[in-house]
Amino acid sequence: MRVCVVARLSNIMAEYLKVNPDYQDRVKELFENDTKPEITLEFEIEEHDFINSGKGSAELKLTIKRLGVDPAIMRRIAIAAYEAEINIAAHSRGGAMRSNIFPDYVHIVFKDMGPGIDDLEQAMTPGFSTAIDLVREMGFGAGLGLPNIERNADIMKLDSEKNKSTQLDVIVFFQ
Amino acid sequence: MTLRELAVKLEGEILTPDVNLDTEVPCAFSSDLISDILMCTKESTLLLTGLTNPQVIRLSDMIDLVGIIFVRGKKPNAELIEMAVERGLPLISTSNTMYMSSGILYHAGLRSCKIK
Repeated sequence: MRVCVVARLSNIMAEYLKVNPDYQDRVKELFENDTKPEITLEFEIEEHDFINSGKGSAELKLTIKRLGVDPAIMRRIAIAAYEAEINIAAHSRGGAMRSNIFPDYVHIVFKDMGPGIDDLEQAMTPGFSTAIDLVREMGFGAGLGLPNIERNADIMKLDSEKNKSTQLDVIVFFQ
Repeated sequence: MTLRELAVKLEGEILTPDVNLDTEVPCAFSSDLISDILMCTKESTLLLTGLTNPQVIRLSDMIDLVGIIFVRGKKPNAELIEMAVERGLPLISTSNTMYMSSGILYHAGLRSCKIK
């Protein structure tokens, strides 16, 4: 899979985009899509809530399983979604995940309430982590969250504004 | 090797007696890092870990775990055990360290899970 960084405008505004070349032609359409999804699932994620974080991804996986999606693809969706959910609980003031399920793909939007990512390049580097001790004690903070999301997503789009919020879009195709 | 057999080898305590322990265990992975576990397990796997927080059970919602061995005498609380029972996920606790437990099982013929 090819990784391309489309824009790093400044330290304040940043954007990271990774696209599986097979879907390069569909990126624009996917983000400008105003078709109604077949199913939408929404979950709130609270800051440092390590009891409930992960429920959204588990529910999404179950829903996709019912649609008969291939287990290997289901696994990729669950892992990317779970890592993103944990990121919100571990690093933000809380947020939400919204999963829009279409006939041939799922588009999951994770949006938090800040404080934004300081250095996107560092955040994407395997092994780099800003996790606090509480998070590390839970078995997280290995610095593999975003790289693991990138690995499992067909399309990953990350927008983060320092001191504001972060939005992560993850798209995985069912074929 | 089944979970019941490997529990004996580890002198382990079965924490979920009502869950089926006669499943054949194909392979194992040992780690205390959740991202590592997510990244490395591509097949049905036994997990050896020192983590005893609820996220270790949430993990089993995402990937295919055949059971969890808690090493160096760690025991999860009742709530976590209940979460595992709800999912039919067997839990075993052993006083052996992660290194020892892995060694014992490897020596008994249990292979490492494929990581690529």
